[in-house]
Amino acid sequence: MIAQAGGEVVWSWEFAAEILPQLLVALRVTFQATVLGSALAITLGLVLAVLRRSDSRAVSLPVGGFIEFIRSTPLLVQLYFLFFVLPQFGLTLSGMTAGVLGLGVHYATYTSEVYRAGIEGVPKGQWEAATALNLSNRRTWTGVVLPQAIPKVVPALGNYVIAMFKETPLLAAITVIEMFGQADRIASRTFRNVEAFTLVGLLFLLLSYPCVLLLRRLEARLAPR
Amino acid sequence: MHPGDPIVRFQGVTKRFGDLLVLDELDIDVAPGEKLAIIGPSGSGKSTLLRLLMTLDRPSDGMIEVDGEPLWHMRRDGKLLPANERHLRQARRKIGMVFQSFNLFPHMNALRNVTEAPCQVLGTPKKQAQEEARALLDMVGLGAKCDAYPGQLSGGQQQRVAIARALALRPKVMLFDEVTSALDPELVGEVLNVLRDLAQQGNITMLLVTHEMRFAREVSDRVAFFDKGKIVEAGPPEVIFTQPAHDRTRQFLKAVLSAG
Repeated sequence: MIAQAGGEVVWSWEFAAEILPQLLVALRVTFQATVLGSALAITLGLVLAVLRRSDSRAVSLPVGGFIEFIRSTPLLVQLYFLFFVLPQFGLTLSGMTAGVLGLGVHYATYTSEVYRAGIEGVPKGQWEAATALNLSNRRTWTGVVLPQAIPKVVPALGNYVIAMFKETPLLAAITVIEMFGQADRIASRTFRNVEAFTLVGLLFLLLSYPCVLLLRRLEARLAPR
Repeated sequence: MHPGDPIVRFQGVTKRFGDLLVLDELDIDVAPGEKLAIIGPSGSGKSTLLRLLMTLDRPSDGMIEVDGEPLWHMRRDGKLLPANERHLRQARRKIGMVFQSFNLFPHMNALRNVTEAPCQVLGTPKKQAQEEARALLDMVGLGAKCDAYPGQLSGGQQQRVAIARALALRPKVMLFDEVTSALDPELVGEVLNVLRDLAQQGNITMLLVTHEMRFAREVSDRVAFFDKGKIVEAGPPEVIFTQPAHDRTRQFLKAVLSAG
């Protein structure tokens, strides 16, 4: 135990050990939100990036507007909107559904920019060769452009997955008991803040830092090409 | 289409990029099987002619016909409308192109580069497409390199794969856009040899934009000299290269032949 000058205990190892299992259970919810949110962000981002390049302005302009709108408003506001406002229009989502949707769509607008950079990195000659070979628009994307664009952007996408992982505590605001929400509950129940929030911070660090290192290695491997 | 009709016809074709006039009311006919060499200074519109024909750039004005059919237009109820994507895909089937910078697909090996279009566009069964691709790669001297990726091949080898790839769709007209310009000098010969063989096989129509004057003279039936978006003169190679009618042609040939 670490005691303060006044005699009150600041950090109790026993208490920390007692609440750790509860936090680890809640970590599963954090993981779930991250995995589902990332899956949505990675697929929807690609769709947005491709649609934004459409020859038809009726498609590219609204998609571009949507991306800018989502990117320029706070995720927390979007989560509140999905969870608290939509029910007034008859659409009630569970906290988890609203959370995954919010995270996924918000981050899709970021990943769409990542994909865009990857797509623009494919030389014009590749498009021209695809035209000269009479490949369909669809095949040009799936067979020629994306297989070259996507491998290059995997590290950048990974960075956004980590960023999303670290933003999952926002879901506590819409009643999802993920790791941070659980810590918050423990703290308000026991009036002990230090252990719960310190452990949450450490767990985030412990999980995201190795991922960051892994991505750096991946980036280094992809770089020379 | 009647015998003797041109396979490619440009009528009053103009191309502008902004204020820049690249092709100026160009008229030219190319006969089936003809080997037409297109020479001229850089920026004279030579490559643009090929790019319009490959539908990579859209003409600003005029008509292009391929095999008797309008390329950038389609006939509907006796009227000519701008071509839609479907018409362009149909029209493109007759044309193949080889680029200065090869433009092979770097994530596919040589064989896949050649089979991609037949499988996707013509619906050729994979096995048959692979057999044909092997034969084509053999023809360009790369039968042993089927599994190699473009990054593992020299520039000359890449360009030969690109030629095989374009031929795999069995086009009637092949366009060659300065296909040796990006190559190291010692690799130019192997690509020219492939083109020479192809020209001698006969029935395919070839339009070659080139700076290789000796080669142009050797393989072409006709040479067109371009300057400032117009054809200054066109005729049999022996005439153009030995007794050109125009001063501009003479100056150009003097400059490039003395440099080479």
